[in-house]
Amino acid sequence: MQHNETGHRPAAASGAGVDTTFIGAFLVIGTVLALIVASKAVDTPMQVHALIFLIAFVLGIIALGAHHFGGAMHDESKYEFGVVKAGVTASMFWGIAGFLVGVIIALQLAFPNILYFDHLPFLNFGRLRPLHTSAVIFAFGGNVLIATSFYVVQRTTRARLWGGLASWFVFWGYNLFIVVAATGYLMGVTESREYAEPEWYADLWLTIVWVVYLLVFLGTLWKRKEPHIYVANWFYLAFIITIAMLHIVNNLSVPVSLVGSKSYSLFAGVQDALTQWWYGHNAVGFFLTAGFLAIMYYFIPKRAERPVYSYRLSIVHFWALIFLYIWAGPHHLHYTALPEWAQTLGMTFSIMLWMPSWGGAINGLMTLSGAWDKIRTDPVIRMMIVSVAFYAMSTFEGPMMSIRAVNSLSHYTDWTIGHVHSGALGWVGYISFGALYCLVPWLWKRKQLYSNALVEWHFWISTIGIVLYITAMWVSGIMQGLMWRAYNEFGFLEFSFVETVEAMHPYYIIRALGGLLFLIGAILMAYNLWRTARGDVRQKELSGALAPAPAE
Amino acid sequence: MYEKLAHVAQTWGLALFIIAFVLVLIYTFNPANRKKFDEAKRIPLEDGDDDNG
Amino acid sequence: MFDKHEILEKNSLLLTVGILITVAIGGIVEIAPLFYLESTIEKVEGVRPYSPLELAGRNVYVREGCYVCHSQQVRPLRDEVERYGHYSLAAESMYDHPFQWGSKRSGPDLARVGGKYSDEWHRQHLINPRNLVPESIMPPYAMLDSTPLNTHQIAADLKTNRVVGVPYTDEMIENAEADLAAQVDPFSANYDAFIARYPGAQVRDFDGNPRVITEMDAIIAYLQVLGTMVDFTTYEPEADYR
Repeated sequence: MQHNETGHRPAAASGAGVDTTFIGAFLVIGTVLALIVASKAVDTPMQVHALIFLIAFVLGIIALGAHHFGGAMHDESKYEFGVVKAGVTASMFWGIAGFLVGVIIALQLAFPNILYFDHLPFLNFGRLRPLHTSAVIFAFGGNVLIATSFYVVQRTTRARLWGGLASWFVFWGYNLFIVVAATGYLMGVTESREYAEPEWYADLWLTIVWVVYLLVFLGTLWKRKEPHIYVANWFYLAFIITIAMLHIVNNLSVPVSLVGSKSYSLFAGVQDALTQWWYGHNAVGFFLTAGFLAIMYYFIPKRAERPVYSYRLSIVHFWALIFLYIWAGPHHLHYTALPEWAQTLGMTFSIMLWMPSWGGAINGLMTLSGAWDKIRTDPVIRMMIVSVAFYAMSTFEGPMMSIRAVNSLSHYTDWTIGHVHSGALGWVGYISFGALYCLVPWLWKRKQLYSNALVEWHFWISTIGIVLYITAMWVSGIMQGLMWRAYNEFGFLEFSFVETVEAMHPYYIIRALGGLLFLIGAILMAYNLWRTARGDVRQKELSGALAPAPAE
Repeated sequence: MYEKLAHVAQTWGLALFIIAFVLVLIYTFNPANRKKFDEAKRIPLEDGDDDNG
Repeated sequence: MFDKHEILEKNSLLLTVGILITVAIGGIVEIAPLFYLESTIEKVEGVRPYSPLELAGRNVYVREGCYVCHSQQVRPLRDEVERYGHYSLAAESMYDHPFQWGSKRSGPDLARVGGKYSDEWHRQHLINPRNLVPESIMPPYAMLDSTPLNTHQIAADLKTNRVVGVPYTDEMIENAEADLAAQVDPFSANYDAFIARYPGAQVRDFDGNPRVITEMDAIIAYLQVLGTMVDFTTYEPEADYR
């Protein structure tokens, strides 16, 4: 079905567009609400957050005004890449922030008095840990997903993003959510549901932003000039829709006061636990997997200049993956008070999930078939291919750990943490880095990266970091699990709990070192990308054929 | 109550899922769709290098 | 901005609906039955709503992110039952909004920590864990000892819990603030009424500082009630064997 535009309309912004009017009205309403809440707040965190919202809304109104009266052109015949650039920059910023907090809390587990102040509770492990997980998953990962999805959907539909300024609203709105969530954690504002800690008002705000995100994405698909919807967009769409569903159901709660930060979840105990892990595991399945598979399905073929290995496989992969993933949550609750039928159901689907996961991994890897030399010559391709290899590894490990007998050993230990990080650092991290290394030269119109040698350094430093991290966690996790269940010759438990904690110490130091290497790699990357965006090319890497664009 | 639900899941539920899976396979391997997929596969490679939407 | 032609394009709409149906099924089939299958939560005696002080302590526990290192769920495995006590029942967390089962044991499980240590042990341990357990990696929480508990919202807390299904009575809500004070004062005039409302509640000055009700009072009161509500000498698991 071909959709041609009725004609391109490079319309000057004379007379506010529908988008400007909507967003402007919305920001004004928001400003009034934030003012009311700020003046009546019953607790300090709510007051701080109302002020943050207030400042953000006022800045938004100013920016909107500047845009409108600045006579900015809206050119329907051009892609909207400004918001993608903003997303790339935000990804890099939040990535480094999130990795840094990760290193800090890893050190806190080895040396518990680090960053502890008697009268400042903000930097305690219990508050920094959600800051770390949210910063890497939602701030880093989320900005990567928003930026790449906006890029890919435009490219593969050959249509400008729908909704005018709506995509900018999504970007800024999402990052405002991140700021509110992060400052909330530091102040102890939390619903205590892992990876869904933000309180009710932040959740409501994210819901609004997410619905606009869905509309922008669907709207762009609706006006596409390409008859077929490319499979990467299927994954993005599944990610957006499912996250909306999970977010709304898992965050159902009743606030104590409309001007207070505290709320109580609608569900309790066993029902609450299952809802949370239905959410929690699908945050992995749809945020950290489906969304990043979309990146794999666009960026690997594009970079390798070869079409994806099998398009048919990608379709079966898609439907099987999204169908099976949604059931897997109960494997987080083996041997708990959750009814056994639910545990068994979760385990069964988790094991079945191995198949589509490897189907997708094979599809990504085999895209390089016939051009394997690119792994040697192009460090960016190598990063993405190693990423898919990590995906294959952790999607084998995952189903194995979901088996009840294995889980009885692995659950509650660092093995889980290691598993998560092989997926997060290896798969999500590397595919994101690959995409960012591709995007910066494309968006800023540079012929090459500032330095491929730096990419090599990044790759090897962070790979050593990941290997240190996950091996340390395997050893400490399995060791602790075995120590917990060890009996002495008299039939008593052999170790007290704290003896098992003491045994972890060396591995926690190795883990922190691994994380530090990963952080250093990311800093090299940020430097490389910044120089690339500026238009610099490292002297040694200047090639005649690839003359750099002159710096501005 | 539990038995009733389990029964429905193990019969009709299972059948429904198998049918859905077969439908996906039919869509995927239908020779009529081959050309469409071959074209779709090349979309990322043929989206040009310019700024034009 | 709005393209008039074909607002609803067929293929993307089919895809959207297809995705929504596919991902909705699992949740509906798995989660929904938990709300009406009677076997989900066993019938036990003794589980009561948290007293106002315990609830306030629980909120401190949530605020400080204790759940990221401490689970509250003993699994029916030999070593866990010997280390921590009777395995956890669904009924024991039926009033937990939100649940605190946790997912990681950087520290030990706390589902049955109530009554295992003295109040003063908890206080010293929270002020600096390494004073009592040199190998501990827990952060110190000395601040709790000097921070007065914010009590003026406690009635609203109880009321909100009632909205989400915890059976707090009007009487409990009316007396919330008084009950909170009564639990740290064994000699208060409110003692009998308080115990009648919250049978089995422990009444004493938890932090050893009678001048002010601190966050330390609240969190110790919460820790000391964890896992103590069900009397396992009378509990027969066979009655609701899953």
